Amino acid sequence: MTKQLALVIDLNVCVGCHACVTSCKQWNTSGEAGYLSDDNPYGADPTGTFFNRVQTFEVGEFPDTETVHFPKSCLHCEDPPCVPVCPTGASYKRAEDGIVLVDYDKCIGCKYCAWACPYGAREIDEHQKVMKKCTLCVDRIYDQNLPEAERKPACVMACPTSARLFGDVHDPESVVSRAIRESGGYALMPEWGTQPANHYLPRRKTTKRLHPDELERHDNPLKVDGRLPRPEPGEPALDDVTSW
Amino acid sequence: MKPAWSVIFFTTLAGAGQGLFLALVAAEALGEVPAGFLVSGALLALGLLAVGLAASFFHLGHPERAWRSAAMWRTSWLSREVIVLPAFMAAVAAFGLSHFFSFERNHSLWIGSAGAVLCIALFVCTGMIYACLPFLQEWRTPLTVVNFIAFGCASGATAAAALAAWQHPPLARPYAAAALALGALAYLTRLAALARNRQLRPKSTLSTAIGVKHPKIVQIAHGAAGGSFNTREFFHGRPREVVRAVRWTFLALVFPVPAALLGGGADSAAVLGAAFAAQYAGLLAERWYFFAEAKHPQNLYYQAIA
Repeated sequence: MTKQLALVIDLNVCVGCHACVTSCKQWNTSGEAGYLSDDNPYGADPTGTFFNRVQTFEVGEFPDTETVHFPKSCLHCEDPPCVPVCPTGASYKRAEDGIVLVDYDKCIGCKYCAWACPYGAREIDEHQKVMKKCTLCVDRIYDQNLPEAERKPACVMACPTSARLFGDVHDPESVVSRAIRESGGYALMPEWGTQPANHYLPRRKTTKRLHPDELERHDNPLKVDGRLPRPEPGEPALDDVTSW
Repeated sequence: MKPAWSVIFFTTLAGAGQGLFLALVAAEALGEVPAGFLVSGALLALGLLAVGLAASFFHLGHPERAWRSAAMWRTSWLSREVIVLPAFMAAVAAFGLSHFFSFERNHSLWIGSAGAVLCIALFVCTGMIYACLPFLQEWRTPLTVVNFIAFGCASGATAAAALAAWQHPPLARPYAAAALALGALAYLTRLAALARNRQLRPKSTLSTAIGVKHPKIVQIAHGAAGGSFNTREFFHGRPREVVRAVRWTFLALVFPVPAALLGGGADSAAVLGAAFAAQYAGLLAERWYFFAEAKHPQNLYYQAIA
C-alpha cells in the first residue's frame, strides 16, 4: 500500500490562535521556492498568499452556541480534481507520499486548477503569477538535517494545543489513522468524491458525570476521617503542653 | 464565478470565427462560390480567431510558458483545446490559400472538411473545459457544449451574411436565413440551460463544507483581514439587479434584435453588419452571465461575501 501523508485537525481542540497560519507563512515564504507575496501588509486593505487560514463559525442559536475554529488548507485529495485539469502537468500528485504539489516553473497561471478545487485551497501568487498551495512542508518533512522530531509541517510544530496531527493515513496504526478511527474523523464535502486525505475530528461535548461515591468515599462508611479529634474536657490541649 | 474578460472575448470571438468557417465550407459544399469571397471569409475567420487567441493570452500569468500547456492532452480539456486551436487555424489558413491559389475544388473541399472536423473538435474542447467540472453545477451539463456550438454557428452565420452582402450578394439571403434558424436554435438551448439552472439545488452546504451537522451556522471570520484570492476570483461582486439586467440584455441582443435585422428584408452590408454587432454584444453579455451565474462551492467558506 502506498503512503498518503495528511493532516488530521481536531476541531475540539483548536482554539483559533492562528499560530499555524503564521508559522506556515514564515516557513513557506523563506524557502527556496521563493516568497509568498503580500500587498499592503500594514495598510488598510492587506492581502497576500497563504497556504493555511483559520476561519471561525458560530454554530447554534443564542444562548446555545458554540464557536468552531476551522483551519483550512489543501486537503491533498486521494482523487484530486485539480490535477487532471492542469494543461501543463505543473499540478501533480506524488506517487510516493500522495502530496499534491505545483511545479512553479511549469505553471502558466491559468487558474483552471483553482476553479477545479471545490475547497478553494489554491491561491494565485499575485506577483509571481503562479498557483500556490499547501505543500505539507515537503521541504521540511524529509530534511535529514533536522532532528527527527522536527520533520513535521510547520503548522503542526507550531500548534500550541496539538490540534494538528500529521502522518500516513494509509498506515492503519499511524497516529492519524487511529485518531480518524477512534474520534470520528471525517472528510469535507464528501459529496464530490474527491476523497480528501486530510480529515477533521469533530467537536465533542465535554461533560463530567459525578457519581455519589466520588463525593463520599465508599470505603469509609463511618466517616472516620470526617470526625475531628477533640480532647476530653480537662485534658491538656496542645497549647497547654508546648510553647510555640 | 468572477467573469474573466479574456476568456469571454476568446470564446465569443473564436466561436464566431469557427461558425463563419463552417458557413464558408457549407456554402462551398453546396454549390459554386467565387474564390474571392471564400478567401476574404477565411481571412475574416482567421482574424477573429487570432484576436480571440491574443485575448486568451491575457488570462495567463505566464504567457511565455503557454507552449507547455499542450502537454497534458490525455486528461485536460484545456490542453486539448490548446492543441486543436492552432491546428484549426492552420486548416482555416490552408482553406483560404487553396482558394487563393485556385486549387482543384476536390482538394479545397477536403481541406474544408478536415477544417470542419477540427472546428467541431475545438467547440467541444472549449465547452468541455467548463462542462467537465463536476461541482460547478451550472456548467455541468451537455447544454454548455451545445450552447457554445449553437451560438458560435449562429454568430458565424450572421457574420457570413454581412460579409456576403458586401462581397457576394447572392449568398446574403441564404446566410441570413441560416443565421435566423441557428440563432433560434441557440436561443432555445440557452433558455433550456437557464431553466435547468433555475431548478438546481446546491449539493454542498455550509454543513458539509465544515462538517458540522447543525442547521444554523454563522461565519464570524473568514481568516483574512482584507481580501484574498478566494474572495476575488470566485465572486462577481455585482448586485443582483446588475446580474438580472445583464440577463435581460443578452436575452434581447443575442437573438431577437439580430433576428429583426436579419429578417427585415434589407440585405445591405450595413444592416447585416449591425445584426452581427448586436449579436456579438449580446454574446459578450451571455458569456458574462455564464460566469456570474456559476456558484463555486468554495464560496461557502466566504459567507460574508456570498
